[in-house]
Amino acid sequence: MAKHVVSTVAEIPPGARKVVEVAGRSIGVFNVGGEFFALRNRCPHQGAALCTGQLGSAVTSTGPGHYQVDRTGEILRCPWHGWEFDVRTGQSWFDPKKVRVRSFETAVAPGSTLIPPSPGLVPGPYVAETFPVSIKEDYVLVEI
Amino acid sequence: MCAAPDIPLAPRVGQPSTLIDCDIHNAITPSALARHLPERWRAYHGQFGRRMTPGDFYPKATPMASRTDSWPPGGGPPGSDLAFMRKQLLDAWPIEIGVLNTLITIRNQYRDYDAAIAVAANSCQIAEWLEPEPRLRASLLVPFEDSELAVAEIRRHSADTRFVQVLIPSRTSEPLGRRKYWPIYAAAADCGLPIGIHFGGWSGGHPISGAGWPTYYLEYHTGMNQTFQAHLISLICEGVFEEFPKLKIVFIEGGIAWIPPVLWRLDRSWRQLKAENPKLSKAPSEYFREHFWLTTQPVEEPPEPGQFLQMLSHLDMDDHLLFSTDYPHWDFDSPDGALPSVMGTELRRKVLRDNARRLYRFP
Amino acid sequence: MDMEIPTHPVIDCDVHAVLPAIDALLPYLPAYWREQIAQTGFKGPMDSWYPPGMPTSARAEARPSDGSPPASRVGVIQRDVLGAPPHPSFAILSSDCAVESLHNPDAAAAIAGALNEWLVSEWLSVDARLRASIVVPSQFPELAVQEIERRALNPGFVQVLLPVRSETPYGSRNFRPVFAAAARHGLPVALHYGGAPGNPPTPVGWPSFYLEEYAGMTGVFQTQLVSIISGGVFDEHPDLRLVLAEGGFAWLPAMLWRFDKNWKGLRREIPWVRKPPSEYVREHVRLTTAPSDAPEDPAQFADVISQLGSDELLLYASDYPHGHGDLAAERGWAALPASTLRKVTSDNPRRLYRL
Repeated sequence: MAKHVVSTVAEIPPGARKVVEVAGRSIGVFNVGGEFFALRNRCPHQGAALCTGQLGSAVTSTGPGHYQVDRTGEILRCPWHGWEFDVRTGQSWFDPKKVRVRSFETAVAPGSTLIPPSPGLVPGPYVAETFPVSIKEDYVLVEI
Repeated sequence: MCAAPDIPLAPRVGQPSTLIDCDIHNAITPSALARHLPERWRAYHGQFGRRMTPGDFYPKATPMASRTDSWPPGGGPPGSDLAFMRKQLLDAWPIEIGVLNTLITIRNQYRDYDAAIAVAANSCQIAEWLEPEPRLRASLLVPFEDSELAVAEIRRHSADTRFVQVLIPSRTSEPLGRRKYWPIYAAAADCGLPIGIHFGGWSGGHPISGAGWPTYYLEYHTGMNQTFQAHLISLICEGVFEEFPKLKIVFIEGGIAWIPPVLWRLDRSWRQLKAENPKLSKAPSEYFREHFWLTTQPVEEPPEPGQFLQMLSHLDMDDHLLFSTDYPHWDFDSPDGALPSVMGTELRRKVLRDNARRLYRFP
Repeated sequence: MDMEIPTHPVIDCDVHAVLPAIDALLPYLPAYWREQIAQTGFKGPMDSWYPPGMPTSARAEARPSDGSPPASRVGVIQRDVLGAPPHPSFAILSSDCAVESLHNPDAAAAIAGALNEWLVSEWLSVDARLRASIVVPSQFPELAVQEIERRALNPGFVQVLLPVRSETPYGSRNFRPVFAAAARHGLPVALHYGGAPGNPPTPVGWPSFYLEEYAGMTGVFQTQLVSIISGGVFDEHPDLRLVLAEGGFAWLPAMLWRFDKNWKGLRREIPWVRKPPSEYVREHVRLTTAPSDAPEDPAQFADVISQLGSDELLLYASDYPHGHGDLAAERGWAALPASTLRKVTSDNPRRLYRL
């Protein structure tokens, strides 16, 4: 497993997302209320680009005619058949135990911690060869 | 909206090298239609348009009932941009031929206007879809509730082999076995064109179910097979295939698993009720297996893979199944993600390509 | 279903008590309606979904030689159903008078009430092995509730009966009080083949032949089942049971595959439906076995039974006096394990109707 720099924090403000290619996989990175989540950009149903779907709310109900709306922006709907996934965990709504999309650990790190202190030292547990890093920015990392 | 990923999916084991998609929805926008309407109708269409009074509005799951990733970046509704259709569909998979089913609704109000819309839509298809894209074929739109006008439009294009079938939406004002539609069948059979019946259309004057208007879109969508069921029973019981032995019917987007139980029930009850219905010389299921073809989308998803094979075995129509994506609608079937892996290589090849080639007589 | 005399009590869940003519209801109608019927020549609702000339409307041996309507006398049921193999311990009667075709609410309520009285007086009181279904003016929910309240305390009535055809699907919001009333009294609701609500039985109009109408009725059963689940009826009434009578059952697996598939993506429209629809069906819905619409091949029939996913769904029924010619079903049933047959003919009905 390695941590991959995928974005600056500034590029993905709260409510936004970015689809990136990391280690041969397409991954969607989401900012939900300041926290970052990463999901495989491939719906387990028929392979749609899941992370490009609509973000909505968790809709529950106590009975016919009642609609409870919570956690707005945290439920991802597949652009094809509308399967709902919890952005935080990757679990599907309709069968959280058995149907999910792969989710990945994320982290935020300042640029200063990502640039090797000097030549010759073993670089840190990150991969940034395709992503230019500056000490002035904070970065989102996805662990794959 | 982010672009679709560039990383191709690994091809399934046993996929044929090319495939034929038997249900693609090209969207003809109002301005595209206007380009092909003669002046008399262009003014009428612009000023009055088609009246909206059916009272059957079910908000669809997504805008324009389409995949939310299918909106062309250059503007226009899903399915309206040929270049984007190439990118998302025709070039994304090895699609050798795609059959267009344009879903402009013929409203069964002012018949001459209906006919004008159908004529213009067909001209638009030729100019803006078939000419620029040799992989595409199309279905003929006709004002199906007026058989005289419909036959005229069929005859007008009978020499153009890029039109591969006559399109009728499944929500008609009468069951399709009825005599009023027979001239259309005569012309189609004469021209060697199947009748493609596709889910949808205007209400035709009836609620969408046999028990009135359901409440939710989910009910509407789950009940899609019921218009097809009514037509299946009607076409057979009215003796349409005795009258037109060469006629072929394609059920497009009707599903397939509901069919074996209908055939069992219809065969049994026909044996009981033969005297009331003297038109049939053989069991209803025999007519069905000979004259009907079925597209696969929306693919059936039983809880156990073995049940899919049971269903195919009960249906016993492996040579009459036609793969379709229904692009760009939300219930789209992916060419390599939809058909279950239990389907063997030979069956997969038939369904994805060879059956369509034979039915539509593609080279 | 051809069986040896069984060792367990068999219950026949669909036997018809046929009203011979409107005159049979006169003793049970209020004075106003007696006079109306006499002076207007009203012969009662004329609609029938069992045209007398159709072979399916009655098997040959059920047609009385005196020309009276089949199954219109309790003695005939005692002889042909209770007294014949498989000698059921109980028979559940269903009856109708096309009350849904009456658009006058008072007429509909009066006729439904009189029919129920007729059942009590001339059927239930005569033979303790009979149970009956409450007929209601189904197109007027408030009046239907009143009729349910009137009959619910009579243990002879074991379910509420609705024709499967209706003007609006039964899961619609305005029909909730009827399910609530049935649930309140622990009564299953049965949807039965037929009905005459005034709208066509297909989404594309009126079929030409009876064969079409008959074969196509399964579509209406499907519409109602999807509607009732989508409307949240089982979420509101966890103990309610629904019986689908005389509608076949071979169509059910394919419909559930489609319904479950759609629910996964569309469930936000009906968020009170918290489980896959097929789970509601296995818990709440039962289907009678006549007709079964079984395939000819017993192996394929066994496939269908297995696809149902539960051996608790089916209820044995003779559907006397109707004759569906369901010969393939005979072979199919014979090939099933005895434990399944016992569930279908005895355990499932006894549990459902608490007999």
